[in-house]
Amino acid sequence: MTSDFLLSLAQAIAKGLLTGMVYGLMALGLSVIFGVMRVVNFAHGEMMVVGMYLAWAAFSYAEVTPLISLPLIALLFFALGYVLQRGLISPFINRPEHQQFLLLLAIATLLANGALAVAGPDSRVVQLDSQFDSYELGPLVFDAVRVHAAVAALAIAALLWLFFTRTRTGKAIRAAADNHMGALVVGLDVRRLYAFTFGVGAACVGAAGALMITIVPVTPFLAAEYTLLAFIIVIVGGLGSMTGALLGGLLIGVSEAVAGLLLQPSLKSMFSFGLLIVVLLLRPQGLLGRKDAR
Amino acid sequence: MTHNRGLTRRRALTGAAVLGAPLPLRYASAQSAPANLKVGLILPTSGALALIGQACRRGGDIANDVLAEAGIPVKLDIVNYDTETKADVARIQAEKAVDAGCHVLMGAFDSGQTVAIAQVCEQRGIPLVVNIAASPPLTESGYKFIVRNFPTAPQLLKAGFDMQKELFKASGVTPKTAALICLNDTIGATYIGAIKANFAKFEMPYQLLDIVSYDAAAKDLSIEVAKAKASKAELLMTICKLNDGKLLFGELVKQRWEPMIVNPGGPATYEPDFIKPLGKYAEFAVSVVPRVDPTQPMTKILEKHHAKRFPNAQFDLDAGFTFEAMLIAAHAWLDAKTTKPDALMEVLRKVKIKDHVIIGGPIEFDAKGQNPNIQIAALQNIQRSPRVVLPKAAAEAELVFPQPGWNDKRRT
Repeated sequence: MTSDFLLSLAQAIAKGLLTGMVYGLMALGLSVIFGVMRVVNFAHGEMMVVGMYLAWAAFSYAEVTPLISLPLIALLFFALGYVLQRGLISPFINRPEHQQFLLLLAIATLLANGALAVAGPDSRVVQLDSQFDSYELGPLVFDAVRVHAAVAALAIAALLWLFFTRTRTGKAIRAAADNHMGALVVGLDVRRLYAFTFGVGAACVGAAGALMITIVPVTPFLAAEYTLLAFIIVIVGGLGSMTGALLGGLLIGVSEAVAGLLLQPSLKSMFSFGLLIVVLLLRPQGLLGRKDAR
Repeated sequence: MTHNRGLTRRRALTGAAVLGAPLPLRYASAQSAPANLKVGLILPTSGALALIGQACRRGGDIANDVLAEAGIPVKLDIVNYDTETKADVARIQAEKAVDAGCHVLMGAFDSGQTVAIAQVCEQRGIPLVVNIAASPPLTESGYKFIVRNFPTAPQLLKAGFDMQKELFKASGVTPKTAALICLNDTIGATYIGAIKANFAKFEMPYQLLDIVSYDAAAKDLSIEVAKAKASKAELLMTICKLNDGKLLFGELVKQRWEPMIVNPGGPATYEPDFIKPLGKYAEFAVSVVPRVDPTQPMTKILEKHHAKRFPNAQFDLDAGFTFEAMLIAAHAWLDAKTTKPDALMEVLRKVKIKDHVIIGGPIEFDAKGQNPNIQIAALQNIQRSPRVVLPKAAAEAELVFPQPGWNDKRRT
């Protein structure tokens, strides 16, 4: 192998890792919600697209960059997620899975068409000053926007980890996820915890949307693609596992980048699905998933 | 005494007759002779190609004013339809336009969408005047109701590669290696196929090291650019559309790759909405494409009305070609003196228009419906505007090639 090829490979892996971190954050929301409530959020991509639109609107109308508007968007999504869970999803928690699926699909359709009605079908882009900047590290070149997004994604994931491991509410949510009946017996308000969890998951998606708009333009039709991508990531990483979601994001990001370099870039998605099939065959619960996870 | 107010067979039949009877009458009235020629202009005015579609539409919006000032006694009844940059919507809109009584359809900038419209026109027997679309099958598939006033991809490529030789000769710099980055939609696939099949025949001075294709819906071209960069080609040929073109050039800047860059016949790199957002990074990009002829009197009228009606929009070849499509329809109607599709089509095949706006010979169509007389020029973006740099006779500015680096002071 020539040094040129190795350099290109290293460049592709670096790029894949950066993109993978944002992918991981996006999938984290899905994984958190499923891990605690055992509800699969089929409106995941649509929620992310709404987050992208909010970041775009903040930039276009108030000149607030996505990294600045991110906390506000995450907060807004938390509130929306909380209300959505208490008002709509909670009554469906103990119902058959197909009913949950239809409910979330309906929410997804409403969100996608709402975005279409409000923002129109044109693609919307955020033109940052750093859009054309890059950082050099030895022979490697890193896209500045992608680096900023990856660092922010990593910071959010770290905050989430701290929340779940160091706060009383976080520990209570984990307890409710581990043993629903036990949580009820010791007097935890499980309904409130579920709503809180959905809020946290939604906040992750909103934050991921605010970061993603700095990398790709948004259209209402993007949602299905991101829902599918998030599913691939969490299934590869392990449904319900936070670390698994991050690992899955990194794996998918890197595999797409390397496949694009070694084969044709237009075949890169094939590798995501190939990886998914291999994981499903060899380790159906995902790389870091538990065997009892549904 | 009671009255039966429910549904009876007699009432149902009467109702059906009342509702159904006007339909054939309405259809017949739409198909017979109205006051004006009704033109359905079908363009991607929203979605990924929205900005180009809107630029095309501007050419249609001012067509009647230009025709009037040019002394062509025609008033077209132009109805606009949006494809949302989707072939399936283009087909639906074409059906809708025919149902609304349009006598001629026009469009649609994108080859995939134009093919969808052409199929409807063939089925319904309505003439289609293609303003812009380069895919060869449009005029190679035996369609009887189509004329195209735009070069085919192979014509563009052949002329584009010949023009590259002129470019190297004029600049005194000849690359030894090249790579191609090309989107893989209908037109992109046509270009790739034509280049693979004809590259040896073009007798280019360089070796083609790599062809990197990408999906039209791509939202990130970093891998594609990295792959092309890895080839270490001295010349990069780009065939892209608007949004992906911006992504592509953005990646070139971010990956700090500074090859010579030529668009050998594709769209986008000369478009105002490519130049404006990319700013200094769009400067000096070279595109080999057809061009409006600034020396023609009709071009001057067109430019004047464009500036008056759309003071903030740049006049470009999208508006030029769409206006020419209107001009063709106007001449056909004048000659045919009827809106009957067969008669209009018959006249369209024989039309010969000497006064028009695009560089080249008179507008006329061969047996397949293709105008063979369109010529191309090399444009370079200079001071935020595409200017002719070759052929020398028509040059509006001095060629700068190879392009200066991304952070060169000449890029302002």
